[in-house]
Amino acid sequence: MQRKQRLTRSTAYFIPYTLWILLFVIAPVLLLIYQSFFNIDGQFTFANYQTYFASSTYLMMTVNSVWYAFLITLATLLISYPTAYLLNETKHPQLWLLLIIMPTWINLLLKAYAFIGIFSQAGIANQFLSFIGIGPKQLLFTNFSFIFVAAYIQIPFMVLPIYNSISELKPSYINASRDLGATNWQTFSRVIFPLTLPGVKAGIQAVFIPSLSLFMLTRLIGGNKVITLGTAIEEHFLTTMNWGMGSTIGVVLIVAMVIIMWLTGGRKPRSRKGLTK
Amino acid sequence: MKKLFSAIIGLLLVCGLLAFGAHSLQTSSGSTGKKVLNLYTWGDYIDPSLLTKFQKQTGYHVNVETFDSNEAMFTKIKQGGTSYDLTVPSDYMIEKMKAAHLLLPLNKKRLTGMQNYDARFMNLAFDRHNKYSVPYFWGTLGIIYNDKYVKPGSIKHWNDLWTKKYSNNIMLIDSARDVMGFALASMNQSMNTTDPATLLAARNKLNRLSPNVKAVVADEIKMYMIQNEAAVAVDWSGEASEMLAGNSHLHYVVPSEGSNLWFDNLVIPKTAKHFNAIYAFLNFMSEPKNAAQNAEYIGYATPNAKAKALLPKAVRNDRQFYPDNRTISHLQIYQDLSPAKVGLYNDRYLEFKMHH
Repeated sequence: MQRKQRLTRSTAYFIPYTLWILLFVIAPVLLLIYQSFFNIDGQFTFANYQTYFASSTYLMMTVNSVWYAFLITLATLLISYPTAYLLNETKHPQLWLLLIIMPTWINLLLKAYAFIGIFSQAGIANQFLSFIGIGPKQLLFTNFSFIFVAAYIQIPFMVLPIYNSISELKPSYINASRDLGATNWQTFSRVIFPLTLPGVKAGIQAVFIPSLSLFMLTRLIGGNKVITLGTAIEEHFLTTMNWGMGSTIGVVLIVAMVIIMWLTGGRKPRSRKGLTK
Repeated sequence: MKKLFSAIIGLLLVCGLLAFGAHSLQTSSGSTGKKVLNLYTWGDYIDPSLLTKFQKQTGYHVNVETFDSNEAMFTKIKQGGTSYDLTVPSDYMIEKMKAAHLLLPLNKKRLTGMQNYDARFMNLAFDRHNKYSVPYFWGTLGIIYNDKYVKPGSIKHWNDLWTKKYSNNIMLIDSARDVMGFALASMNQSMNTTDPATLLAARNKLNRLSPNVKAVVADEIKMYMIQNEAAVAVDWSGEASEMLAGNSHLHYVVPSEGSNLWFDNLVIPKTAKHFNAIYAFLNFMSEPKNAAQNAEYIGYATPNAKAKALLPKAVRNDRQFYPDNRTISHLQIYQDLSPAKVGLYNDRYLEFKMHH
């Protein structure tokens, strides 16, 4: 009796989560796939996929999206790993972590607008460049500024998982490695990095996937000089009302994400939900 | 189990409270009351003091709700959840709404002041005999330049944008119809063409412009131009008038060989309920004094001829915003194209944006 009751109770606790997954994850994905088989006149067709894979524009855009997502992830990783490592050495890591997470409390659009102010011709960045004698440079609407701002936004999501895996690392391993005569570099490359690899993988997933579909930043910071699949999806849903084609691109993006998960997988991903824009 | 039940009951209670709150909020804001008018319009598109004046004169309280694109407005009216009494679509959208049976015809007997409007802006192709719409504002698509970087008078035509000296110095408005449109106008083609070869040629011409294009952005153009971020921009006259107000170095040109002429007209959507208030408002806005006050506040061009006469001479004779008849005769109004043709414009436009 007692056991049965416990069983029903634990199933009952699962209901909200299952409902959530069904309504907000599985149903939308199915709808998206369904929608992608219809043309603009509402007829069933495979033409959207044909168009996609026959069009050099869309293929170029896909390459662009993956390339920029890769660059953003790389930049984020190069900054985050040493940060997470040093964080572990500090006296009050929780405080520093809080400071790193703080920017995520601010809306993405507000951060983008703040960067417009910083990077514009009369902005602080250019004032500084003039002050040190380099003179004002065109910063906005360049690939550099786009990757810079995107990396800035993604850094907390990379630092967190890496920090977790570094702080879980037992100091005795490092001591043992040193005792056995390994150099600093050997300790890092043979002991520390392999043991923190799961954190790095989780961080890559958390950063690469949202970066694939960035679209507001491509206009606000990239000035539409960087075109990713997100731009095309927005256009098909809002301007041309060609939901079929928009959904097709969406399905391709989902497939790309599944491939990334699979490549970096092997461990339960600690990806974040929401905040993908 | 008990905990779960109380949680569910709690949730239901919260939902009920929220529904009640939403309902009472709606009632207090008056959208279901009697002496009201629900106006659905673009953001910051009417002088608020006129609304107060209207309420004083007629007793009708105006609820203003705003939209930021014709398409968003179309979707909301089509769903029909809210009883909007008046809305302000642009020309091609009036055609589209008419075709979708979303508009109610005007009762001409209840309208006064229609004779105040300039005959050039009445009886246009998108609404013959003004069966459904009363003109509100009109404007153009044109070029804004900063005289700090560009010699005044050196930009007169679309083709001037292709000059090498504006390398990486032009901002474009992110709109397929308008960007493709000015390329077509520069080639002396119709801005409503649906010929694939012509559209391809327009894209090729735009590709040659891309070294000059600094960015393709939206509302931010205003801010950038005011802050001297770029020398030249392509945008609508309404946006331009705000830029000019913010930076005295800016000028606006409508290329004489042709450009887009747009209209925003007041129409009665099928969701309308308060007809006395609607006609009172239409007649109120047709009065020259009120239309002039509105035009001075918003800065757009008024189609009301008698109101224009009341505007200060500097505004009335400003060729930037009230172009001469010869230029107006070359301007083209966008027609509502079929979804497939809109797709064609957008595909070519996307290809141009990719070309960097």
